[in-house]
Amino acid sequence: MPDTNTIHAHQFDDAEQQHESSWLGMWIFLATEIMFFGGMFLAYTSYRSAYSEAFAAASNELNIILGTVNTAVLICSSLTMALAVHSAQVNRTKPLVRFLSLTILLGVVFLVIKYFEYEHKFDENLVPGAFFVFRTDITNQAEIFFSLYFAMTGMHALHMVVGLGLLGYLNYAAMRRRYSAEYNTPVELVGLYWHFVDVVWIFLFPLLYLSGRH
Amino acid sequence: MKLAHVVPVKIYWVVFGALLALTLITTGIAFIDLGGVLNSAVALSIAILKAVLVVLFFMHVRYSSRATAVVLTAGVFWMVVLLVLTMSDYLTR
Repeated sequence: MPDTNTIHAHQFDDAEQQHESSWLGMWIFLATEIMFFGGMFLAYTSYRSAYSEAFAAASNELNIILGTVNTAVLICSSLTMALAVHSAQVNRTKPLVRFLSLTILLGVVFLVIKYFEYEHKFDENLVPGAFFVFRTDITNQAEIFFSLYFAMTGMHALHMVVGLGLLGYLNYAAMRRRYSAEYNTPVELVGLYWHFVDVVWIFLFPLLYLSGRH
Repeated sequence: MKLAHVVPVKIYWVVFGALLALTLITTGIAFIDLGGVLNSAVALSIAILKAVLVVLFFMHVRYSSRATAVVLTAGVFWMVVLLVLTMSDYLTR
C-alpha cells in the first residue's frame, strides 16, 4: 500500500501542513458562522430584555418535551459523528459507513420532529403574519418572539439540511473506500461543521424553550 | 504518520454522557424559580458548559494547534463585543 502520508499538493511543504490548512480553513468558516447566527442571537437578546413577560408567555407555547428530545437527538448525532471520524482514523471503513449513516438518520429524526412542531404552530395560529393570534395585551411582542423562533430554528434547520447533504456525500465516498488513516480530512471537516450546528442548537434550546417555565 | 490526534473512544462516551445529563438538568431546573436573573444565568451557564465540552472534545480543540484556538477565540470575542456593547446601549437608555 503506497505511503500516501507524504503525498500533498505542491503548494504545501508536507501533508501535515496541508491538513492543518484544511482544518484551519473550516474553523475560519465556522467563525463566520458565529457571526451569522450571532446577529440573530443579538436580536433575541435585545427583544427579550425589552419584552420579558411576553417572551416567557410565548416560549411556554413551545413543546418542551419535543425540544428536549431534539436536543438529545443532536447530542447523539454528534457522538456518532465523532465515532465516524475515529473509525476513519483507525482505518475501519465499515464502522465509518455505519456511523455516518447513523448520524444522517439522527439528523433526519431531528428535522421530522421539527416539522411536527412547525405544523402545530400553524394549527395554533402562532405563525407571524395575518393569522397570528395571542393574548391581546402582548400580541405584537409575542409575534416578535415567534418571528425569531422561526427565523433562528429555520436557519438552523437549513444548516442541518446542508449538513445532511455533506454527510450523504461522505457516506457515498466512504463506501468507495476513499477514506483511511492516511487521508480522512473531509470526514473531519464535515464533523466540525456538524458539531457547530449542534452547538448552535445547544444555545437555541434554553433560550427559546426554557425561559418562561418557572 | 498521524495527521490528527486520535481521541480515545472512551472520552467521547464520557462527554456524551455528560452532555445528556446536562440536558436533563437544564430542562428540569427550568421549572424551578431560582430568583430573577439567576434563572437565565444558570440556563446559559449550563449551555456554555455543554458547548465547551463539544468544542474541546468532539471538535478536537483540546488536541489542536494554537492557531485553531485563536480563530475560535476571535469568533467568540467578536460575539461578546456585539452583545455587550449593543445591550449596554439599550439598557442605559
